[in-house]
Amino acid sequence: MPMTYFIAIILVIGVVAYIIGRQRAAVHTGGAVKQHSRPHYHAWWAFLLATVPALLFLIVWSVGSSVYLERHIEAQLPPQTADSAVPNRSLELGLVRSLANGLRRLDAATLDKLPATFAELQPMLVAKGVALAPDTQDYMIPVAVETNRASDGLRLTGGVIGLILSLAGAGIAVRGIQPRTRARNNVERIVLWALLGSSTIAILTTVGIVLSMLFETFHFFASVPLTNFFFGTVWDPRFAAAGAGDSAGQFGLIPLLAGTLYIALVALLVAVPIGLMSAVYMAEYASRRVRSIVKPTLELLAGIPTIVYGIFALVTLGPFLRDLSAALTGGTPFIQAQSIFTAGLVMGIMLIPVVSSLSDDIITAVPRAMRDGSLGLGATRSETIKRVILPAALPGIVGAVLLTASRAIGETMIVVLAAGVAANLTLNPFEAMTTITVKIVNQLTGDLEFNSPQTLVAFALGITLFVVTLIMNIVALYIVRKYREQYE
Amino acid sequence: MNIMTEQKLEQAVGASMTAKTNEVIKMQGRKVGVFYGEKQALFDVELDIRQNQVTALIGPSGCGKSTFLRCLNRMNDTIDSARVTGKITLDGEDVYDPKIDVVELRARVGMVFQKPNPFPKSIYENVAYGPKIHGLARTKADLDAIVQSSLQKAALWNEVKDRVHEPGTGLSGGQQQRLCIARAIAVAPEVILMDEPCSALDPIATAKVEELIDELKQNYTIVIVTHSMQQAARVSQRTAMFHLGYLVEEGATDKMFTNPDDKRTQDYITGRFG
Amino acid sequence: MTAAVGTLPVAQAPARRDIGLKRRYAAETRFRWYGRVAISIGVIFLAVMLISIVSKGYTSFMQTSVLLPITFDAKVIDPQDKRATDPSVLIKANYPNLARDALAARLGISPDDKPQMAALKGFISDGVRTQLRDMVVADPSIIGTTRDVWVLASANIDSAYKGQIDLGVAETNRKVSDKQVGFMNKLRDEGVMAGKFNTGLFVNGASSRPETSGMGVAIIGSFYMMLIVLLLALPIGVAASIYLEEFAKKTRLTDIIEVNINNLAAVPSIVFGLLGLAVFINFLGLPRSAALVGGLVLTLMTLPTIIIATRAALAAVPPSIRSAALGLGASKTQAVFQHVLPLATPGILTGTIIGLARALGETAPLLLIGMVAFVADYPTTPLDPATALPVQIYMWANEAERAFVERMSGAIIILLVFLMVMNITAIVLRRRFERRW
Repeated sequence: MPMTYFIAIILVIGVVAYIIGRQRAAVHTGGAVKQHSRPHYHAWWAFLLATVPALLFLIVWSVGSSVYLERHIEAQLPPQTADSAVPNRSLELGLVRSLANGLRRLDAATLDKLPATFAELQPMLVAKGVALAPDTQDYMIPVAVETNRASDGLRLTGGVIGLILSLAGAGIAVRGIQPRTRARNNVERIVLWALLGSSTIAILTTVGIVLSMLFETFHFFASVPLTNFFFGTVWDPRFAAAGAGDSAGQFGLIPLLAGTLYIALVALLVAVPIGLMSAVYMAEYASRRVRSIVKPTLELLAGIPTIVYGIFALVTLGPFLRDLSAALTGGTPFIQAQSIFTAGLVMGIMLIPVVSSLSDDIITAVPRAMRDGSLGLGATRSETIKRVILPAALPGIVGAVLLTASRAIGETMIVVLAAGVAANLTLNPFEAMTTITVKIVNQLTGDLEFNSPQTLVAFALGITLFVVTLIMNIVALYIVRKYREQYE
Repeated sequence: MNIMTEQKLEQAVGASMTAKTNEVIKMQGRKVGVFYGEKQALFDVELDIRQNQVTALIGPSGCGKSTFLRCLNRMNDTIDSARVTGKITLDGEDVYDPKIDVVELRARVGMVFQKPNPFPKSIYENVAYGPKIHGLARTKADLDAIVQSSLQKAALWNEVKDRVHEPGTGLSGGQQQRLCIARAIAVAPEVILMDEPCSALDPIATAKVEELIDELKQNYTIVIVTHSMQQAARVSQRTAMFHLGYLVEEGATDKMFTNPDDKRTQDYITGRFG
Repeated sequence: MTAAVGTLPVAQAPARRDIGLKRRYAAETRFRWYGRVAISIGVIFLAVMLISIVSKGYTSFMQTSVLLPITFDAKVIDPQDKRATDPSVLIKANYPNLARDALAARLGISPDDKPQMAALKGFISDGVRTQLRDMVVADPSIIGTTRDVWVLASANIDSAYKGQIDLGVAETNRKVSDKQVGFMNKLRDEGVMAGKFNTGLFVNGASSRPETSGMGVAIIGSFYMMLIVLLLALPIGVAASIYLEEFAKKTRLTDIIEVNINNLAAVPSIVFGLLGLAVFINFLGLPRSAALVGGLVLTLMTLPTIIIATRAALAAVPPSIRSAALGLGASKTQAVFQHVLPLATPGILTGTIIGLARALGETAPLLLIGMVAFVADYPTTPLDPATALPVQIYMWANEAERAFVERMSGAIIILLVFLMVMNITAIVLRRRFERRW
């Protein structure tokens, strides 16, 4: 019986407990003793007591039993030696597990007279739509059968205990319904815990990001030395595993980092002046009518997914610039279709609304008294903006630019489509360079073996990216917060 | 180069000195009305502002006294919905005439606000701001002289002369307000408008600012909005009483406080309402 | 007393000072123009981008089809007459030949005319195979009869029909031969070749042939993911916001959570993809390419947006509402859930819609969890392989054939329409319910 049935039954018990609880509590209303909580709180309490402990138990049980099963399988497998058919224990476990899953599709009659070799078994599985890796070994078949038996047993035991817990919970709650029972407080306490639990998901996510990436990154650094990654100037991961001697420097971060920063710089050179001027104009000059048109337009610009910008660069702008440069020189184009300039330009345009909405907030936070003070002395509006408002807003704007820069560094789709994949080191903005994000995508799309350095390097790149943007974000958010406090 | 600014200042001072001998009208309001959108905030105000005197505008809050003040140098222009009717003249010229430039007008009619609002710059830069934008100083030495004399006139020089390059926002409230006055003086205006300049200050700072206002009337025409009767009585020569958007009564300050014509003025200065 | 006013002389204006007005106003005008130019650049770029995409993509909503009288000839479908015993014959039959013969008949080409018959090759889409097969399998009794069927023209013919292929180019350098152009014009003049609304674009799955590929799988995949994001991110986000805004005391923990949420909102989306790959696929063993994993990743990505919006909405509800409820004897929980939360709903909805719109257009993390997959069949559950709208666009962008560029642009139009509708809904909601307390 699959786990879902047990869960369904537990939920049914909960609903029944809710109904009974509600009726029992309703009996007390209007009695001599004033009820502490209204009936539906008693009902909810009964529901929660019937379901929450049982479900929690089931979660713990299934985690525990999967750990146990792993040990159980491992104990039955022959010890790993140098000439084992499957070189790696985790791979072996994976094969057994998929075999066990495949066997579940077969009917009972077939299972009773299971063939001893995988060669015979495979067609039977294929007929059921189960495709298995060809290096599945014969000795794994009995292990897989045993695994299924054990896991069925574990699941049944767990499910039954869960049901008992659920019934017990329901019983306790329903029997405990008295006029003075503080059911509301009980329910509210659980609600509060649930709220707290939800808010910790943010932390769990960060921890998950850091831990998962660190873990894989450590794997990566087991095969590639730290210095080669951080200070290597050559990026050519393909041959790193082939020869032992020439692997040094193949995973060099430097060209990727340089490309990332270069493209981000071009993007900021486009986005910051234009975005800032737009924000200034919107905040200080635009009439209400213009604002009511332009603001939503800029918001729409911000709502366009970055892949659309990337495709625009790839399909329209890149070829256009290449042809334009060819026309200018009368033959050979000096702008490549995929170039730092194209990618940076398009990314810059994408960032205009980001800069402008961040700086709009910051400019409007400058108190009116500053404007009045300057205008009252006979300054023109532009003098007021240039000499008072922008200097006053400077820290906030620096923060906004930092946040924007972190967006530019982490942006993926535009550079994947518009920047190119060759890891060059160049200063010419019209040539192609690649970025960290492009390489993460390159290394992880396609059918690469998961434990090779070629794949794992993506996590090392990822954590580099994460740390760089994290620092920028923290500094930026700190500056912006300080800035706001100054004017509150 | 120092001499040039001195000369300019002399000129301004000279002009007012000659005028002071017989009272003349510096600014004049005729049938002034102000609308904020549909709502009318000021009705048909007729008021003369005399040169080298302090004119106090009093009245309960929301009576239109600040609104009137802000008309005098067209600060109401900065509020989108505000509209001004009637006529306001400076030296006989209509300030709302399209020929009059608002930047030039505000250079001649300076303003000090309710809350001290120094720019987030150094004390020096705060005072030098006006002369710089108007191009009043040709050289650094000129500018230094203007800054120093403005701070001296604002009675702040002695307190800050050692730290003029420190931020103006680091001063105490009273000092900040005198800095704002120095900032306004540095442009060498003819009229200084003050919108409740002491409302955010403690009594000691208030006393200093009041003393300063009294000094300044030698060289400038001053219009001050205040909610404090005592302050109006202490610093002004003439007082105008506003109520619900109307000018109720205007006259010499001593007369207004001893023998007002209008019952509302009497009630207000004796504390019946307001 | 007003009588005395105006009797005094008016002061003489002092000599005018030169305060550089001309120069300053010139600077003022210049500055305004900088602003106008800056805004125009943004708006013009938006316009150019949209126009370029629409002009490339609007033709994809029409697909050229040919009306052919197809004879379901038993000799072609089942030459050995075994279909009664072996139904797989009907699956394996050579249906394209039926279409080819029908086309030849329509054009009046004799089956023996080898060069003309050769020119027919590649005129009709290979998708006709499944189209006719499905008809026969659904109703084997049509074998032996003749039916008028609209069949798709191949991608090249479609492009030529839409005028996207320059026929001035030498014949050897283009993908459509002069003979085929002749056929095309003949069929058009007879009124049996026409652009029909391209339902395939919306319902088909992945295909190696442009004319039969569609976004059906991607739309379903995106729908599953949005559903998962909505079901997970909204309740969790609202719960977290309520805790942080209404219950949490200012402690170190809440401080950390707060900083964390703000940072997560700015973490590059691709990092969430790495998280999904490492945790959901490698550690928890969820299937690659599944909408479930995509949904979970997007949920984590969207949570900070929803939390920030919800907290702002909750903070905008004035404390007087809470005090009023508490004053009537409601518990804190009751006050929050029954009084504060309903008032914050429009703000929460706006934030959620904007978060969903962002998630719908997100591509990078989905690439990492294997949603770049050739999926021809509809996913029936969120655990089946699927793609997503933006990923489908990305995959088409990587195809070489120009007909795929048309499809891609069409797909972008559809994605943008979805997003515009969501964003405009959010803007309208915000305007309508914007309440000043």
